[in-house]
Amino acid sequence: MTIRLEPRVAAPRWLSTVATIGAVAVALVLSGAMIAFVGGDPIRSYLHILSASFGSIGVLSDTLVKATPLILTGLACALAFRMRLWNIGAEGQFLLGAWGASAVVLSGFLPAGAPAIVYIPLMMVAGMATGAVWGLVPGILRARLGVNEIISTLMLNYVALFWVQFWVFGPWSESGFQQTKSFPREAWLPRLSDFSGIVPAFGGLTVHLGLVFGLIAAGIVWLILERSRWGYEIRLIGDSPRAARYAGVDIARNLIVVFAVSGALAGLAGMSEVAGSVHRLQDRISPGYGFTAIIIAYLAKFHPGRVIVAAILFGALILAGREIQPSGIPAMIQGIILFALIVADTLVRYRVRIERGVAPPVASG
Amino acid sequence: MTEVSTAPGTNPPPGATPLAVEARGIVKTFPGVLANDHVDFDLRRGEVHALLGENGAGKSTLMNILAGLYRPDAGEIQVEGSPVAFSSPRDAIAAGLGMVHQHFTLVPSQTVTENILLGLDRPRFLLHERQSEAEVTALAERFGMRVAPRARIWQLSVGEQQRVEILKMLYRGARILIMDEPTAVLAPQEADDLFATLRSMTGEGRSVVFISHKLGEVLAIADRVTVMRRGVVTAAGLPTAGATKADLARLMVGRSVLETLDRTPFQPGRVVLAVAGVSAINDRGLPALRDVSLDVRAGEIVGIAAVAGNGQSELAEVITGLRPCEGSVSVVGEEVANASAGAVIAQGVAHIPEDRSTVGSAPNLSLTDNLIMKRYREAPVARGWLMDEATARTIATNLKESYSISAPSIDTQARLLSGGNLQRLILAREIETKPGLLIAVQPTRGLDVGAIESVHRLLLALRQNGTAILLISEELDEILALSDRIDVLYEGEVVGTFPAAQAEVGRIGLLMTGGADDEPPP
Repeated sequence: MTIRLEPRVAAPRWLSTVATIGAVAVALVLSGAMIAFVGGDPIRSYLHILSASFGSIGVLSDTLVKATPLILTGLACALAFRMRLWNIGAEGQFLLGAWGASAVVLSGFLPAGAPAIVYIPLMMVAGMATGAVWGLVPGILRARLGVNEIISTLMLNYVALFWVQFWVFGPWSESGFQQTKSFPREAWLPRLSDFSGIVPAFGGLTVHLGLVFGLIAAGIVWLILERSRWGYEIRLIGDSPRAARYAGVDIARNLIVVFAVSGALAGLAGMSEVAGSVHRLQDRISPGYGFTAIIIAYLAKFHPGRVIVAAILFGALILAGREIQPSGIPAMIQGIILFALIVADTLVRYRVRIERGVAPPVASG
Repeated sequence: MTEVSTAPGTNPPPGATPLAVEARGIVKTFPGVLANDHVDFDLRRGEVHALLGENGAGKSTLMNILAGLYRPDAGEIQVEGSPVAFSSPRDAIAAGLGMVHQHFTLVPSQTVTENILLGLDRPRFLLHERQSEAEVTALAERFGMRVAPRARIWQLSVGEQQRVEILKMLYRGARILIMDEPTAVLAPQEADDLFATLRSMTGEGRSVVFISHKLGEVLAIADRVTVMRRGVVTAAGLPTAGATKADLARLMVGRSVLETLDRTPFQPGRVVLAVAGVSAINDRGLPALRDVSLDVRAGEIVGIAAVAGNGQSELAEVITGLRPCEGSVSVVGEEVANASAGAVIAQGVAHIPEDRSTVGSAPNLSLTDNLIMKRYREAPVARGWLMDEATARTIATNLKESYSISAPSIDTQARLLSGGNLQRLILAREIETKPGLLIAVQPTRGLDVGAIESVHRLLLALRQNGTAILLISEELDEILALSDRIDVLYEGEVVGTFPAAQAEVGRIGLLMTGGADDEPPP
């Protein structure tokens, strides 16, 4: 018996959607089996995850807080991946963005008591700029020297991690703890709970302005990819670099610009996290948002709108991680989802042929 | 592997040299193409037998059948007197028949010896490296090949890699070696080394099939030659001793009457394309163009007659801004040598590229996206930094209609189009830019007769409208039917220029195949 994979000539449009949903379902079943294997009750665990992340307005708000950096880093990956540019460095660009935004607050650059209207735009610019610089490095290396961006972005993540550690352990350390002092209120992104005076129902809701950044960014990325000349070039390069060159597209320039914008989006995620949620820079500011973003971008098939949906799903999983013991379960579910997605992708592109018997039929005559 | 050691023919019947290979009535069709039409071929022991023909003549198909890659639709093959039916190259090599392809199949990071052992059943588990290396070295020396058994493939020149491919076959016990255009990738000195190796092999009673389209080397190395044209044999087993290059050229390029095309008399306009003293290197870093000068006028079709790999692809790339060069290329007086592809497009240069499916189109993008590839920068498709989706779709719908591109919709992915429809898409896109200059490379390759005719009519209509056309084709018939002037390119040099009226097939064929160098003057 032999098993062969044959390329499909034309995969119907619905197949891809069905395969994605199917992959998530299969991943949940497999994860359930794992939960059962370690002695848990899968149904109860899933119900618990559901109630812990979507069960009330309060936890829904927390889920959205977790989804916010994932939306922005997910968009960063989706934009680059659309050009077949494998930016695995959203994590590092996120960290640099968080650092850049923190530097605005901690460097004493602004006088004490400067208003939020000064702080927040400046922190956004700084976060996006530092993230973009971190994206430019692999972008320029690839465009000018042909350095594989997967390797360079992956390595630069570690540089970024140690860079942040240096600052939080050293110059910015708050009395020896591995974190900076808390930012002043003017450097905090507004939260829904800040408006509980007007709408009492908003009391205790932690959703902050970063979510709006994410939604606007998704709109902009969609506009770029689907409706702009630049997006056309990105899609053309992604599908066939040789065709793009033939059509007169400047590939080197696009490599650099796409990497910079991708880095800026991840940098904005870092800014939004320190200014909206944590209110200080600390070691382990990211539980791997930039890596989860890769899975999210894949799950969304590099489509900005679907990035939002996938980011909320993963935000829920991260939040539930606090509730479920052993806490590795949500991370495991994420991993299994990625595997299932890759398998599903293969099944969409290829048809599996199983042939029984070894001897081919002998032609008669 | 057991068949290898029991070599038959150790006791040939007296008075007759047994045939190494005898193929009778081979037929092979591909969708829309009759690649081999009742082809007979025989190979004697200890001879070099050249298989000569233009691209697409069916040489490689025939040899791929002998090597077990394709199965013939009809016909029979005997190897050393016994009938065979190969279902894979493994069967062929077990019968002593090995093929060295144009594109090598070596693992770059492994050593020469490892590559030679790759895929063999012995040694079964552990590699006896020293012993295998000694065997490889001995085999190489026996046939006069210099190879370092421990060198890694990526360190080797193309010529050395070819030796490894030959050794791979010899190590597997090949007594019959098929070489598919072996000199196409070699420098002249390397070619001489290869010829010496081939002679030492035939000296041992092994046989070689040598696929080529260069007349000079065929006469230099082969004992006999079989010529193919359009799937049929036009000369079977001709001894090279009495053959002349002129004879072979005529047999190879032939002359078949194409459809009759309505042509208006040639009324040359101003010079649109002027190429002066252009030299360029190919992807391997070897010279591809040497001091090429030519020009094309408005309303003129200039044909480039050349066998594949003689610089014509590079010429098209140099003109369209895809390959750097030395020298001058000007389009309507504007210098565009080493300009970007975008700048050349902006000069009104359209390009039908050789590779339709990954250069001429983006396979997974829609018909619409593919049809606006050359005009997405300008109004009306572009509206500032945005694109006008509705306009793009209207343009695509109109082009699909007027060029009869048959596809389910304008959202269909380009890769789902047939070859003819994809070519119509590219032509539609390029012609609609109303180019001043069109570079058409192999515009009809792989198309059926009807599609070829429609492409030819489009090109002539474009000429009528005053476009300058540089037509690069390996179909000499096409060049002769369409061109007002013909330049012959051989090894990157223009070796002859003919006005259409004075074009003579035999002479052009001779020049294309490098056969004119040492021919006595007429």
